[in-house]
Amino acid sequence: MKDLLKKLKRRTNLVFGTCIVVMMTATAIFAPFLAPYHPVDDADLLYSEEPPSREFLFGTDSQGRDILSRVIYGARISLSVGLLSQLMNSIIGIVLGLTAGYFGKWWDDLVMGLTNIMLSIPAVIFALAIMALLGPGLMNVFIALGLTNWSYTCRITRSQVLFTRDLNYVKAAQALGYGKIRIMFTQILPNIVGPILVIATLGIAGAILMEAALSFLGLGTQPPTPSWGGMLAKAREQIFTTPWISIFPGLAIFTTVLGLNLLGDGLRDFLDPHTAKKI
Amino acid sequence: MPDALLTVTDLKVHFPITHGFFSRIKDYVFAVDGVSLTLAKGETLGIVGESGCGKTTCGMAILNLVEPTGGRVAYRGKDITNISGLSKSELMGLRKEMQIIFQDPYSSLNPRMTLQQILGVPMKIHGLYPGRERQERIDFLLEKVGLAPEHGKRYPHEFSGGQRQRIGIARALCLDPMVVIGDEPVSALDVSIQAQIINLMVDLQEEFNLSYIIIAHDLAVVEHISDRIMVMYLGKVVESAPYRELYTNPQHPYTQALLSAVPNPDPRARRERVKLEGDVPSPRRPPGGCSFHPRCFCPLTGCRADEPVLRHIGGDHWVACHR
Repeated sequence: MKDLLKKLKRRTNLVFGTCIVVMMTATAIFAPFLAPYHPVDDADLLYSEEPPSREFLFGTDSQGRDILSRVIYGARISLSVGLLSQLMNSIIGIVLGLTAGYFGKWWDDLVMGLTNIMLSIPAVIFALAIMALLGPGLMNVFIALGLTNWSYTCRITRSQVLFTRDLNYVKAAQALGYGKIRIMFTQILPNIVGPILVIATLGIAGAILMEAALSFLGLGTQPPTPSWGGMLAKAREQIFTTPWISIFPGLAIFTTVLGLNLLGDGLRDFLDPHTAKKI
Repeated sequence: MPDALLTVTDLKVHFPITHGFFSRIKDYVFAVDGVSLTLAKGETLGIVGESGCGKTTCGMAILNLVEPTGGRVAYRGKDITNISGLSKSELMGLRKEMQIIFQDPYSSLNPRMTLQQILGVPMKIHGLYPGRERQERIDFLLEKVGLAPEHGKRYPHEFSGGQRQRIGIARALCLDPMVVIGDEPVSALDVSIQAQIINLMVDLQEEFNLSYIIIAHDLAVVEHISDRIMVMYLGKVVESAPYRELYTNPQHPYTQALLSAVPNPDPRARRERVKLEGDVPSPRRPPGGCSFHPRCFCPLTGCRADEPVLRHIGGDHWVACHR
């Protein structure tokens, strides 16, 4: 335990990242208890565009809703979009990467070709295209982002599989009569989760940014549901007159993405024995 | 041989070297190029040769962990060269019969599985030792290789190199195989531990009536356990003889060189050293004729042009040399 604390002391990235992410997750889960007002129903036009005060810590927006409460509830949308869409990305990426790396041959060529095509299309454009096809809405944001970003996971998984599948314990498993699926999921996958986890953490951050971008463009979460990107979009015309309406949701996005990136970086250092020694 | 358990005829493994788009095949590495051998029940066959001569690939190809390019592998008279041609139950039956022990005790054990799982999962896959018997069998195997049953809950990284090699041996035995291929089973270990592992393997051979193929680059290792020794050079067999015959009467110049390189603990013993010059040629472009001729200390003119074939020179002694 002491050793662990000592180790963690030297990993500021990991500690800060974890703290921020835990805080944001707690905010999202306990939103109803933390928010002083209801994010949608407590709208009072008499108090519209109030600057930050003791009553409204982050001020109010043009419809008189408390921005703090909306930012707190917005964490739910952002984090769930990030988590769920990255979960989908990870599943697609892992399955394709595992099979491509393990079976090789034409399947590998096909999957890698597809991955390269995906990487060459700007993610926002691709997500926009899917959104245009499915129509706006939160559910469709999950799907659009879940289909967009799997290529990184896929490539990382494949490269790790290529290395691992020639290790002797995999050969031994083959000689012992393990089936192909069993080898992939019990021999190879458990030994390559580290890099996949790192990519997933960074992917969540990316998905949160993308959700904000889609909502900003009006395709994501529909009003009045509070979402950080959507709040920014509505506030952009008043950015010089009432800056607090846009600053706080922007800060929320910034902090969350920073926290996730720090966590991802820290995890990579933590899981990689080579860099771990140097620190 | 009528009681041959395993017969390998003219086994070839050529690895393609691919290049550029769509993996065009540019060249081949002739890792194993026409190896034949037989293994009788209870027998130990030693395969020796220096690094890169195809010993390991040969062992892998016999188990079909590497796909053979040509030749035939037969187990109890049944052709097993092409495993995709076998039914699932045939394949499982085959997998149960032949096992392998690896050289490196670190990369040969899955770091995420406990010993219980390493030994128990294969039994589960093959439906062996159901219920309570399985735990008993795991404990029995651990004790057989000199570990304690309570070690079963631990992970491989908690063990030393020698202990890990014992785990590897236990894993090879968990399905009651007939044939065990040892791919340099002791060369990664300290000399003191090497002896322990070799003795363990000899004991297990007697107890379970195993047939071994022991691959090594060190003649001193195979001499203790082998009934017969096969010397490989650049993917080919250059000499094959019963162990005593090979030691007393080596015919191929390469074998003579290998034997003279075995260290002798007696400082007063005088022996001629036969030294070889140069390195093993690339198996990508093996020299024409006898592949050993560039390094041979007594080449004949014919060695450049004609490839010698294995010929019988009495007893069970075979040699591929023009002399």
